[in-house]
Amino acid sequence: MKVGKQTYLSDKDIYIASAYSLAGPYESKGAFREYFDTVMEDDEWKCKSHELTEIEMQRFTIAECLDRAKVNPMDCDLILGGDLLNQIVPTSFSARDFNTPFMGLYNACATFGEALAIGSSLVGGDFERVVCCTSSHYATAERQYRFPLELGTQPTPESQWTVTGCGAVMLSKKKCDAPKIKGFTVGEVIDFGLCDANNMGGAMAPAAAKTIVTHFKDTGRSPDYYDLIITGDLGRFGRDTLHYLCKKEGYNLDNLNDCGSMIYSEKQKAGQGGSGAGCCSLVFTSYIYKKMLEGSLKKVLFVPTGAMLSKDSALQGESIPGIAHAIVVEKE
Amino acid sequence: MEDKEYQEYVHAHAQKSNEFVTLLWAFCVGGLICCIGQAIGDLYKYLLSDWADDRIAMLTSMTLIFLGAFLTAIGVYDKIGIKAGGGSIVPITGFANSVVSPAMEFNKEGIVLGMMAKMFVIAGPIIVTGTVASVVFGIIYRIIEVAR
Repeated sequence: MKVGKQTYLSDKDIYIASAYSLAGPYESKGAFREYFDTVMEDDEWKCKSHELTEIEMQRFTIAECLDRAKVNPMDCDLILGGDLLNQIVPTSFSARDFNTPFMGLYNACATFGEALAIGSSLVGGDFERVVCCTSSHYATAERQYRFPLELGTQPTPESQWTVTGCGAVMLSKKKCDAPKIKGFTVGEVIDFGLCDANNMGGAMAPAAAKTIVTHFKDTGRSPDYYDLIITGDLGRFGRDTLHYLCKKEGYNLDNLNDCGSMIYSEKQKAGQGGSGAGCCSLVFTSYIYKKMLEGSLKKVLFVPTGAMLSKDSALQGESIPGIAHAIVVEKE
Repeated sequence: MEDKEYQEYVHAHAQKSNEFVTLLWAFCVGGLICCIGQAIGDLYKYLLSDWADDRIAMLTSMTLIFLGAFLTAIGVYDKIGIKAGGGSIVPITGFANSVVSPAMEFNKEGIVLGMMAKMFVIAGPIIVTGTVASVVFGIIYRIIEVAR
């Protein structure tokens, strides 16, 4: 059911029947170490290149997610997924190993939100089971967007660390004791003209603010309706900026946090925090999903955020457009 | 909020590098690399006392380039760079790092189109600038010489 300008609330039961998280070695030393299902012992994971590692990460996570729900890949109606690399190679290539219909998505680091929004719409329609999966890998993203790994560059204080990780969920119609997707607000592409590719939190914060404020206006809810409002990968600066922007619009987000700001411990040197398409999916499938299963979180507004830049667009002096989708997840 | 107002907000609130600490690190590490270079040069001069100075200088540069390349290959140079910044980029060891690191990175795309093609993606601008500058200054030098 469409509510307001761009929010859709569902009265159907769309369960997040299972979730699986795979974390890289650096992430496994972070704040959520005890929540991850599997931890990679090194960045290569016995693969010849880091791209192959990311393909294997996606394949492994989807297979484990389906296995946890005791569903054969043949019985899954659709795999929806994406990642950060050109032509979303890791996602597309990992789908070779499943005899399951597949659709690739790209919304930069907000791809997981896009996948959950589309997936829940489909499961609310005629689809029985849909898997949503996104991943990112520090080494593959670094090579594509920035510099060779061994180059001795100095990170700026505003930069973020691409998360090596993968998270997959299976959405299902079948009744079970699991959190449900109750609706979503689809975000617009927002560009405030920031050009600093090292400050993506600043570039994405206005998009997140727009989506969150639109969500509250559309639904008539106030921020305290939710136990937690959690954005994807704004980092500490982006999170604080988002708080400021929402306050200017009259919404005081006291329960706001950010997956990227939370994923690494204080001691880890990761700039403003984590980023990447795998950042929010990893935190959602580990910390948030498990907290919801045990009942300490009941209503969560999950807002993956993305910066839609490419290396070439940045070099050509283009500004960085941002996007954010808000997903309502509730557990009864 | 207007674009300009937001850009000003971000500019005012974004965390900035601590210039003093950054410069201090760059000075110390850059200076240390230069001292090591000088020590290597002095050592060569002592060992090869019959060699001309320009050959000693060339041998010293070659040794430093090798050290920079070697430290890149074993994964140490990038860790120095995180702290040292310009201090480890500017000396000749940094030049070696900027050639060896893409060569290692793009080796997976094959020897010819990967490693050899992309070896100079970082160092390319430095080589072009150096070559163009030497031609331009060479011409100026010649003109002055003729005018005299």
